Amino acid sequence: MNLKAFNRALWVYHLNTGSCNGCDIEILAVLTPRYDVERFGIMLVGSPRHADVLLVTGPVARSMEDSVRRVYAQTPDPKLVMVIGNCGIEGDVFHEAYSLVGPIDQIIPVDVYVPGCPPRPEAIIHGVVMAWAKLERLVKKEVV
Amino acid sequence: MAAGETQKTTYTIPVGPIHPALKEPIQLMLEIEGERVVDTDILVGQVHRSIEWLGMNRNNPVQTLYLAERICGICNICHPFCLAIGVEQAASMIVPERAEYIRVIAAEMERIHSHILWAGVAAHEIGFDTVFYLTWRVREEIMDLIEYVFGNRITKAVLQFGGVRRDITAEQLPRIRQSLDYYRSIFEHLRRIFLEDKTVRMRTRNVGVLTTEDALKLLAVGPTGRASGVPKDVRQDQPYSAYADLNVKAITPDLVTGTVVGDVYDRIIVRLLEIKQSVEIIEECIDRMPSGPIMSETKMPRLLRMLTDAAGEGIGRVEAPRGEDIHYVRLEAGSETLATWKVRAPTYVNLLAVPAILKDMQIADVPIAFASIDPCQSCTNRVVVTDRATGRRSVLGYEDLHRLSVEKTREMLR
Repeated sequence: MNLKAFNRALWVYHLNTGSCNGCDIEILAVLTPRYDVERFGIMLVGSPRHADVLLVTGPVARSMEDSVRRVYAQTPDPKLVMVIGNCGIEGDVFHEAYSLVGPIDQIIPVDVYVPGCPPRPEAIIHGVVMAWAKLERLVKKEVV
Repeated sequence: MAAGETQKTTYTIPVGPIHPALKEPIQLMLEIEGERVVDTDILVGQVHRSIEWLGMNRNNPVQTLYLAERICGICNICHPFCLAIGVEQAASMIVPERAEYIRVIAAEMERIHSHILWAGVAAHEIGFDTVFYLTWRVREEIMDLIEYVFGNRITKAVLQFGGVRRDITAEQLPRIRQSLDYYRSIFEHLRRIFLEDKTVRMRTRNVGVLTTEDALKLLAVGPTGRASGVPKDVRQDQPYSAYADLNVKAITPDLVTGTVVGDVYDRIIVRLLEIKQSVEIIEECIDRMPSGPIMSETKMPRLLRMLTDAAGEGIGRVEAPRGEDIHYVRLEAGSETLATWKVRAPTYVNLLAVPAILKDMQIADVPIAFASIDPCQSCTNRVVVTDRATGRRSVLGYEDLHRLSVEKTREMLR
């Protein structure tokens, strides 16, 4: 498989599984002029079918579980999943809640964790860079 | 029905719950006749995180305060503020005057960031991405200020029962004034972009109209209600905290245009003027802020003991950026958690107005009309079109919906 395009552009899809919007507005802040990751070719796309990376936020509400699985299945391989924010990583303030089925790595495989409540934009950019490096290793078959 | 004959029926378009933009998932079922929306049904619950249950079963009140902060990442002052007012009322706690002013400053900074964020999203919804990027760049100034004053960009954790946890020092004042002057200086620029630009005007004038009667009947709150000519603002009607000294007046669009239409354009006017109003409120707070303590009880064990022993009821009402937020709290003596905690967030009321707003709109106007109440607008992303007559289903993604909206802007510009 020839995927040289990764060297230039990484398309991300943002999936909110019941987040409080804190991480979501920081993801948008990353894409807008102050942090402007579009200069690196990182772009937010409107459909998981176009995405290389899934940015998942939120602790996964019960009614969203099926949607999360379907979005993951719709994303073409090779793909990576990034969890942004503490509540997607281990539940954070919402742990023990009856209506949650998370954390996200219980439902779909996760490659990069970005902790914080919410993480700073710099941390999100760092996470995307890690995801990028891993995608390139995936393409070269250095990792499986 | 004879062969060859056709019959007119309506379509149902479910919108949501998954979408790529911001805010929470929600589902809208749009009843469509051709291009026209006939009726709307709303399904909520995709973001149910059992927050009230956690507050009543797992957390002590102080932990609940930080849980309340995470009800919404955008309104992360108004929810704990509201809860704090309720608990302080129930436990008869006194808040030092300086703390009240700091709370108001935090709430108004939040309003500035929230309204600018909304303006950017609204521009994005009509396909005017240049303005989206511009407004979000402008928004970074208030984010920097929030971080400088309260230590974090989003969740500030500045409130505590009986006061605030962080003081505003004299050295910080010049930096705060500098940011406020910045917003004052760009206000005219923003006003020209949003109120005089041809593209914005033609996509928002007479779109998503909510009449004054409907607004009153459906109890619309916040900028949604005010844009329909209902001068309702908790800061004016029942001043809480330091607002009692500040004489805030509800902003309605007739202050600028002389008339009330109740459309998206009017909602832009209201939010834009509220940014200016918030800047003025912060300046007045800085000037009037008395010196003194910022917390009535600094020892955490003693505070927790006090809340455990207290019994009573309290209702907090706060004007959040999206409208009136209400928290009902009941404390029982001997109980370490809140005995009852009920949150009524502003969007919950404003969603009732959505069917009235979307009625007779074109599908291409749905994103901007729905976004105009500043809701959990995640809904407008994945759409399934069902043709009832044939049973044919086709999926419209958020991109398609967005494309329709962008195409309409281009069409109208021609």
